[in-house]
Amino acid sequence: MIKLIGILVVAVGFALRFNTLLVVMAAGIVTGLVAGMSFNEIMTLFGKYFIENRYMTLPVVLMVPVIGLLERHGLQERAETLIRRTRAATAGRVLLLYCAVRQISISLGVNIGGHAGAVRPLVAPMAEGAARAQHGAVSAKTVESIRAHAAAAENVGNFFGEDIFIAVGAILLMKGFFDAQKIEVSVWAMALWGLPSALVAFAAMGWRARALDRRIAREAAKEAAR
Amino acid sequence: MKLLTLEVFYVIVGAMLALVAGRIARDPAHPRRWGSALFWALLAVVFLGGKILPPAVVGYLVLAMVVLASLRQVGSSTEKSTTRAERAAEADRLENRLLWPALLIPATAVAGTLVLDKIHLGDVWLMEPKQAALISLGLGALLALAAALRTTGAGVTAPVQEGGRLLQTIGWALVLPQLLAALGGIFSQAGVGVVVADLVTRALPTQFPVVAVAAYCLGMALFTICMGNAFAAFAVITGGIGLPLIVQQHGGNPAIMAAIGMLSGYCGTLLTPMAANFNLVPAMLLELSDKNAVIKAQAPIAAVILTANIALMYFCVYCF
Repeated sequence: MIKLIGILVVAVGFALRFNTLLVVMAAGIVTGLVAGMSFNEIMTLFGKYFIENRYMTLPVVLMVPVIGLLERHGLQERAETLIRRTRAATAGRVLLLYCAVRQISISLGVNIGGHAGAVRPLVAPMAEGAARAQHGAVSAKTVESIRAHAAAAENVGNFFGEDIFIAVGAILLMKGFFDAQKIEVSVWAMALWGLPSALVAFAAMGWRARALDRRIAREAAKEAAR
Repeated sequence: MKLLTLEVFYVIVGAMLALVAGRIARDPAHPRRWGSALFWALLAVVFLGGKILPPAVVGYLVLAMVVLASLRQVGSSTEKSTTRAERAAEADRLENRLLWPALLIPATAVAGTLVLDKIHLGDVWLMEPKQAALISLGLGALLALAAALRTTGAGVTAPVQEGGRLLQTIGWALVLPQLLAALGGIFSQAGVGVVVADLVTRALPTQFPVVAVAAYCLGMALFTICMGNAFAAFAVITGGIGLPLIVQQHGGNPAIMAAIGMLSGYCGTLLTPMAANFNLVPAMLLELSDKNAVIKAQAPIAAVILTANIALMYFCVYCF
C-alpha cells in the first residue's frame, strides 16, 4: 500500500498547483525511496527512461520551425477565412462542425485549433453569432452554456481524433510500453482500434449539440411568449 | 546499414534546441535570459548526447531542468512575430499555397510507412523499418520546411526564430510527457501496478472476462481523474490490470485493449479539474462565471463514451 504514495503526491501536488514537472519528479523520487532504491538509482532510472522516450518530444520540435514559419505568413488567418466560409445555421451545428474538423485534421496529424487559438477568437463567437442570428438576443446564461460547449467541442475533437494518427504521443507511448514488456503490437492496429470510440465520441458531441440548440430555441420561445 | 535512424533526428532536434538556447543567451531583453538559455541548452545536451551519456548523468541534468522550471526561471522571450495586419496581407497574397507545406507532413508520414521503409540498395536501407512512422514524420517536417521556405521566400533564420518562439510558448511543458513516461517506468519498477492490480483482483471477481474489461476501463478513467493525465494512468493501469487480466489471463488482444483503454482514460480527462489546461484554463479564457462549466458540459459526453468503450472492448478484445 505504501507504494501508492506517489499517486498521493501527484494528487496533492496538482491540487496545490505546484509546478507539474516538480510534482511528477517528486512522486517518482518518493516512490523509488519507499521501494528501497537509493537516490542515485532513482536518478539513473529517470535518465534511462527520459532518454528512451526522447521520441515523444521529437515530432513537436521538428514541426515547430515549419509551422511557426507558416503562421508568420498568415496560415491561421487563411484557415480562419476558410472556416468562416462554411457558415452553419445554429450554434450546435457550428460546434459540431468544428469538432468534426478538429477530429479529422488531428487524425491526419495536423494540429489546428486550440482553446486560445481557435475557440475563444473564432468558434465561440461564431456559435454565439449563429444563435443570435436565429433567435435575436440570448441570455447571459445561454451564452455561458454555448461557450462551455465550445470548449467541450475542442476537447472532444482533440482527444478522440488524436489516437487515430500513429505519430502522436499516445500511440507512441503505448508502443513504448509494449516494447518494454517485450510484446509485439503494431501501431497501425492501435490507431485502427481507436476509430470506433472516435465515432462514438462524435455522435455524443452531436447529441449534446442538438440538446444545446433545443435549449436555446426553448428559451427563445419562452422569451417571445413573455 | 540504415541511412536514416531516430538518432539522426535526435541530433537535428538537439541542434535546433541548441540554436534556440543560443538565441536566448544573446537576447538581453529576455525576461528570464540565463535560466531559459540553460534549460534549453540542457535539453539540447540530452538530445545530442543521449546515446553516449550515462543515464545517471542524464537523470541529474533532468533534475536541474526541473529545478529551473519550478524556480520560474524558464520563460518566454518578448520577441515579436509579425503583426496581425501583416499576416492577413500575407494570407491574401499566398492563399492556399500556405496550406500545402502543412499537408506535406502527414502525406510524407503516410507515404513513409507504406513505401519508403521498403527502399533499399543491397544492405543499405533508406530508413530503419521498425521506426518508419517517426522517421517519415521527421522527413516530412524537413521537406515541408524546404517547401515553406520556397513558398514564403523567407530567410533561413526565420524558422529558427519562429520555432524558438513556439517552443518557448510551450515552455517546460514540452518535456512533461517524457517525465511522465519516466514516472510510469519508476512506478512499474517499484511495483505500483502490482499493488493496484492486487487491490482490484482482491476486490473484484476478475475471473469473469467482462469484469476484467470493466475494471480496466473504469480504472483508466478513475486513475486519470486522480492524476489529471491519461498517459500516466496508462502504464500503471495497463501494467496492473490490463496485461495480467485481459491479455494474460483471458487471452485478449493487446492492441485493442490499449487503444480503447487509452480513450477510456481520456473520458477521465474530460471530467477532472486536474487536467487544468483542458478544463479550467478555457473556462477562464472564455470568461465563464462557473469554473467547472466546461467539465459539466463534458460530463454527459464522457459517460456515453466510457459506457460505449466498455461494451466495444468486451465484444472485440477477446474475438480478434
